[in-house]
Amino acid sequence: MLEQKIIIFVAFGYMGLLFAIAFFGDKRAEAGKSIISNPYIYALSLAVYCTAWTFYGSVGAASRSGATGFLSIYLGPTLMMILGWPILRKIICISKINRITSIADFIASRYGKSATIGGAVTIIAVLGIIPYMSVQIKAISTSFQLISQYPDVYMAKTASNLSAIKNTAFFVAILLALFAVIFGTRHLEATERHEGLVAAIAFESIVKLVAILSVGMFITYGLYSGFGDLFSQASLVPRIEQLFVMEVNASTFTGWYNALFLAMMAIFLLPRQFQVIVVENVDENYLKKAVWLFPMYLLAINIFVIPIAFGGMLHFFKQCALDPVCRQALPRTFGGILKFANGTVDADYFALSLLMAKKQQGLALFAFIGGMSAATGMVIVETIALSTMVCNDLVMPVLLRLSFLKLEQKSDLSRLLLIIRRVSILLIVLLGYLYFHYVVEYYSLVSIGMISFAAVAQFSPAVIGGIFWKGATRRGALWGLLAGFIIWVYTLVLPSLAQAGFLSIKLLTHGPFGIELLSPVHLFGLDVRHLGFNQYSHAVFWSMFANIALFTGVSLFSKQNAMEHKQATLFVDVFKYSVESEKSSFWRATASVLDLRMLLERFLGKNRTDDALELYAREHHLNWEKDLVADAGLVSYAEKLLAGAIGSASALVMVRSVVEEEPLGMDEIMHILDETQQIIIYSRELEKATRDLEAANERLKELDRLKNEFISTVTHELRSPLTSVRALAEIVQNTPDLDVHKHHQFVGIIIKESERLSRLINAVLDFQKIESGQIQWQMGRLDFNEVIEDSVFSTGQLIEEKNINFILETAKNPWIVSGDKDRLIQVMVNLISNAVKFCDPDNGRIKVGMQVESEKAGDHENRCLKVFVKDNGIGIGKEDQEIIFHEFRQVISQTRGRPAGTGIGLTITKHIIDSHGGRIWVDSELDKGATFFFTLPLIE
Amino acid sequence: MKKRILIVDDEPNIVVPLEFLMKQNNFDVQAAETGEKAMDLISSWKPDLILLDIMLPGMDGYEVCQKIRQEKEFNHTRIVFLSAMARSIDIAKGMGLSADDYITKPFATDYVVNKIKELLAGDS
Repeated sequence: MLEQKIIIFVAFGYMGLLFAIAFFGDKRAEAGKSIISNPYIYALSLAVYCTAWTFYGSVGAASRSGATGFLSIYLGPTLMMILGWPILRKIICISKINRITSIADFIASRYGKSATIGGAVTIIAVLGIIPYMSVQIKAISTSFQLISQYPDVYMAKTASNLSAIKNTAFFVAILLALFAVIFGTRHLEATERHEGLVAAIAFESIVKLVAILSVGMFITYGLYSGFGDLFSQASLVPRIEQLFVMEVNASTFTGWYNALFLAMMAIFLLPRQFQVIVVENVDENYLKKAVWLFPMYLLAINIFVIPIAFGGMLHFFKQCALDPVCRQALPRTFGGILKFANGTVDADYFALSLLMAKKQQGLALFAFIGGMSAATGMVIVETIALSTMVCNDLVMPVLLRLSFLKLEQKSDLSRLLLIIRRVSILLIVLLGYLYFHYVVEYYSLVSIGMISFAAVAQFSPAVIGGIFWKGATRRGALWGLLAGFIIWVYTLVLPSLAQAGFLSIKLLTHGPFGIELLSPVHLFGLDVRHLGFNQYSHAVFWSMFANIALFTGVSLFSKQNAMEHKQATLFVDVFKYSVESEKSSFWRATASVLDLRMLLERFLGKNRTDDALELYAREHHLNWEKDLVADAGLVSYAEKLLAGAIGSASALVMVRSVVEEEPLGMDEIMHILDETQQIIIYSRELEKATRDLEAANERLKELDRLKNEFISTVTHELRSPLTSVRALAEIVQNTPDLDVHKHHQFVGIIIKESERLSRLINAVLDFQKIESGQIQWQMGRLDFNEVIEDSVFSTGQLIEEKNINFILETAKNPWIVSGDKDRLIQVMVNLISNAVKFCDPDNGRIKVGMQVESEKAGDHENRCLKVFVKDNGIGIGKEDQEIIFHEFRQVISQTRGRPAGTGIGLTITKHIIDSHGGRIWVDSELDKGATFFFTLPLIE
Repeated sequence: MKKRILIVDDEPNIVVPLEFLMKQNNFDVQAAETGEKAMDLISSWKPDLILLDIMLPGMDGYEVCQKIRQEKEFNHTRIVFLSAMARSIDIAKGMGLSADDYITKPFATDYVVNKIKELLAGDS
């Protein structure tokens, strides 16, 4: 007994593994390290083609009609890959260039981005795929039901059993929908690419292949001793033996070719196949490998179909012979279902039931997982592809046209998009369930699948015609699609509904209103008896006939508008235009200059837009405010401008949105809206930053110039003392017989000049500190009398040495200022030592004093302290009285030469006074002494 | 006869070693601390080579050089700039005034002495 708990646990564990793979794939993709970017994963992902239909249905089909029953479904894709790869390559190339997101998008885009066509394709696809979807639900729920009654292989056709299957099916449907929602709509992808999903699908493909190979190996080599043994035993049973040869009747070849044709189309027109082959394609070159890898996969997955079918038949025919009910009911030609007394055995599930009958519990569970893998893969990818179409090509175009919703004013529609997608996934799966609930039990897996294939085959004229024939028009495509679809509904869906009891069965035999010519199964009298058509080939024939006839006929007699013409050229001549991408921007002149201008301003900012348009106008000798029209030149000019800012792909899309006012794909709008907002903000910031930068640059240039000057002055000042130090040191070294007196003199100069160097370096560092604002001012309340006392004290020795008459006028009352005491002392010391330096050498006199002054500042008067340092030295000419405060400017006297000192003492002094909110100046005349004044604001 | 060398520099602490070097190498040497004084000495003393600073009080070294070169009489007087101004533009300006050489401060004493000898060797 295999408990349901275990089965469910294993099934969920498996799904969890898939999630982990998908999650990992997404993470890697986000990190830019794609795990699906190789041709093997690509080829494996194409194997999403192999669904439960392949896993279970092929065996059933092989049991009913041998190799003819299933092979064509796999030969079709093989042929398509090997012979039809130029078509696939072209579709992939077109889709990449035009950023196509689905088959509906592809067809709509080809026919002038027609929303109508997109909607029609979506509806056909959804309705067409629903039966197919229901097959998967049926397969999972039936196989689940079957394996959970292990080891009993007979499915009782009781009411309770049927409702159990239907209940299981309902839960399966809900779970599948949830899986699809989580897999595919976790977030919105602008490119509609799902790397993680593809990785999970590739993994599923491996699992289902390994599962079916294991089952096949067990049957062939475990139950029998190889193919030879199995086939020779099978040949002894007449009902199996007749499958060894192709049964040739009137419908054999039409049926065969019909299936071949449908499969060839399905491999790239099924929404999920389009998704994995085209949309998820990472590199066009992967197709080269997939062209032979994928057929290899198909071969591998089919190699054991016949052994499994024969093994199943051998076993269950034997059982049947033992069962009186079954023995009586068994027809001459096996129809796929064996009716035993205690239930039925369906050939579709031989892979499971045979293993169960042979008590292979683990292998049966593995087979179940394989089948589930096949079914879930299909459902998930298909619903994601369909939901994208429903959202982008059906719902959003309608919602956007409903002006009262005011959608275009909403800044963020991505939530809405996700909700629409999720709801559509749920609805699609639910419709699949309903179809299963009411219809599917009357059909085998394969026959239901054919209905879906026939639906998507309706896309083939529009797609293949569209990429090779420029003359194909929107109307032609629309008429063809509609006609094909209507006939498909009439000849395939109506009969299935009639058989399910929704419609009178008479409709099928006698036609509507008794007009036999219009009978859905023998339209215009076409049927097996006359020409060898079965129900499917009959439907495909008529639907394709009407489709192709109207597609070509209407195309020939209708005209393309400019947009259609442009798209047609883009699609048909894709290889030409993919090389010269600028030329691909055909367009229709319905843009206004204002629109273009606004578009440009959003991305480039106003100034750049103005400049660019002005430049364009000037080049074309136009008055840019009056004469500018949005002609081809201007539009492509705008596109190029935009391309520089946001890349060529986005630029093309944005320009198109203005130029043609065509509804874009919603994702693109979302994506671009989002980006646009960021870019607008960014570009505004950029403009401001540019202005700031320009100003800063000017300042920097000025600073740079000053700095260069400063450096060159400093180095010059350093060179002089260095010169004498070096020269004298070399002399002392090279002249061993230097007399003591000279030696003494030279070394003395060396020391003095070294001291000068140190002073200079200290002064430069000090200056640099003040200049760059690194100085920490130790501001505080202080009595200026103290400053003067300290300064006089530290210059006392200097004054005495030179025998100078020093007069100090101190005040009795305190003069309170706010300042940095040490720095103010530096100021005073500097001024006093300057005075000492330039004083009359013989009869030097220096006077230091201060007084209170009022300075007018606007309406009120500020009291400030005015300090002076007066000497009787050489004085300073009027023209030099400003310059002495500049760094490294010294007045070189004609009579006394260059003064000692660094040349930046006064600069530092001025800086300190300026920083204290005071002023410094000198009052002097040549040879009549100089008086330095400075002021400081008094705070009391 | 000893060759005459005129040192023009306003930094006494540079003149001292230069004077010593010239005397050590058997040259007659005089010094001037301004351009004007230098011009006087050139006319009166007629040196064979002038070691000329550029940054001088009053008339600067460039002017001195220019003036000397304008006088035919002093065509053969060698002029060597000896300056702390080491930017290529300063050097180019000095050489552009037809000076014989331009040595930047600080200098290697050997180099200066050898240069002077080299320049004076051509003359008899």
